[in-house]
Amino acid sequence: MTATALSRPVARGPSGRRRALRRLAPLGPALVLMVLFLAGPILWSLYVAFTNETLSGTNSVSPSFVGPANFVRMFGDADFVNSFTLTFVFVVGSAVVGQNTLGLMIALLQRGRSRATRSTVNGVVIAAWVMPEVVAALCWFSFLAEEGTLNTLTGIGQEWLYTAPMVAVILANVWRGTAFSMLVYSAALSEVPAELVEAAAVDGAGTWQRLWHITLPLIRRSIMANLMLITLQTLASFGLIYTLTGGGPGNASQTTPLYMYDKALRYGEIAYGSAMALVMLVIGALFSLVYLRLIKVED
Amino acid sequence: MGRLAARIALLVVAVSFAAPFLWVVIASVQPGAGLSAQPTGEFSLGNFQAVLTWETTILPVINSIVISAGTALITVLVAALAAYPLSRYELRYKRSFMLTLLFTTGLPLTAIIVPVYSMFYRFNLYGSVPAMVLFLAASALPFAIWLMKNFMDGVPVGLEEAAWVDGAGWVQSLVRVVGPLMAPGIAVVGIFVFVGQWGNFFAPFVLLDESEEAPAAVTIYTFFSQYGQVAYGELAAFSIIYTAPAVVLYVAVNKYLAGTFNLGGAVKG
Repeated sequence: MTATALSRPVARGPSGRRRALRRLAPLGPALVLMVLFLAGPILWSLYVAFTNETLSGTNSVSPSFVGPANFVRMFGDADFVNSFTLTFVFVVGSAVVGQNTLGLMIALLQRGRSRATRSTVNGVVIAAWVMPEVVAALCWFSFLAEEGTLNTLTGIGQEWLYTAPMVAVILANVWRGTAFSMLVYSAALSEVPAELVEAAAVDGAGTWQRLWHITLPLIRRSIMANLMLITLQTLASFGLIYTLTGGGPGNASQTTPLYMYDKALRYGEIAYGSAMALVMLVIGALFSLVYLRLIKVED
Repeated sequence: MGRLAARIALLVVAVSFAAPFLWVVIASVQPGAGLSAQPTGEFSLGNFQAVLTWETTILPVINSIVISAGTALITVLVAALAAYPLSRYELRYKRSFMLTLLFTTGLPLTAIIVPVYSMFYRFNLYGSVPAMVLFLAASALPFAIWLMKNFMDGVPVGLEEAAWVDGAGWVQSLVRVVGPLMAPGIAVVGIFVFVGQWGNFFAPFVLLDESEEAPAAVTIYTFFSQYGQVAYGELAAFSIIYTAPAVVLYVAVNKYLAGTFNLGGAVKG
């Protein structure tokens, strides 16, 4: 829409500045909220991460500047390194491999199927996604618990949430998040010209060749953008893991958000927690920037 | 690939996605349901009756409604105001501002909650529902403004001219002309934010006391960790009551959000 054509010419001088201010006034409340509750806390954590502030005790009243000590501590902290590795495993396993491939597969399989088939499959996959994460965790708890459905069906007496907690949270997250990738790929595939794929078929290209040489290259922008978005969502995941395994047993499924919660909020080590928060924000920011580069933004 | 193979694969997908939730649905209407899926064919609404008490379900659901609706209302109002100049005027830093908003939507909120928590702690806001709602609104704003501006761009400026000629300022123009014309868009943004907060576990878990203010997302977790093994049928009934509004509202806005998934095409900024 071209709103510009109608906007009146901007006068110079004080009256022009006043008009500009009046025009920007509606942005005020949004800016105030975002500065107070988003930008403010981020900048504040940038400061706190270099101090030894705690929630209680003397360091809560008069914290002192400790330089990069919190970041140095992170690299020597076996629990942090463990959480970081688990976060990586969780993101790659559940998002990059799980949701992404499964979502693409479902979207590909749905092409040319009847409307009824497509809406049934879409319906159940999306239902898992719309469901609150606590309920999703509960579904998987009853499936994997010692007296749960899986053991009853297979006759195995395993306590899966203890013996394979990472597999459990990865499975649960694939189940919960695949819908997003499926929707992204359905939208992308609907824009792939059918003639191109048909022409390749006439030339004797098999299913896999058509997929690899024609379809995937045509939707590569969507693939990359989707990978960035699901990585960002998975990186910050807390509720699903916390309610399903609590990070346990021990710290066997304690990803960085859970470890950060433990240190900063349960043990009150705000400075150390803020340093971890900063690391996560920087990683998030990098992925977010790549995402911005990938999509085309029109004016 | 054979059609049959594709159909079978889709059937497997549908069954495996439905199975985990299906058991919750069945267990909710079975007396004495356990963790394992063993349908007995009995049917009773006893589980629903048992959980439909003030403390177990009604108060937490009211809390969820207050938090989600409060957040949605503030977000919609503030985003609609912010979208007006972004949609109507040529502003110098508009593009950078819109890109910054999009960038912000990618940041992990889980990380921001650490400084927010200590800020709340310091200013005595810990346990305050209004303060948490303002934080939730702020975190929903970047995406809400983005969506709202796109909906507003769809309302032709020409329609506002008549109001301008009559001497109406931007407030009247926004309330009387643009607002009503983009009512569906406003509803979509509101419902989107509402559903997002409805399922939000982390923020209320961290920022509210374990008290009377807790929304269903938190109390269902408490119930789950305390009685999950013994009263699974009741837990299932509670889950159904809590999940239903999210599903219904999603279905309502589903078709309006379809365009959001087109990542390969151009994003309107």
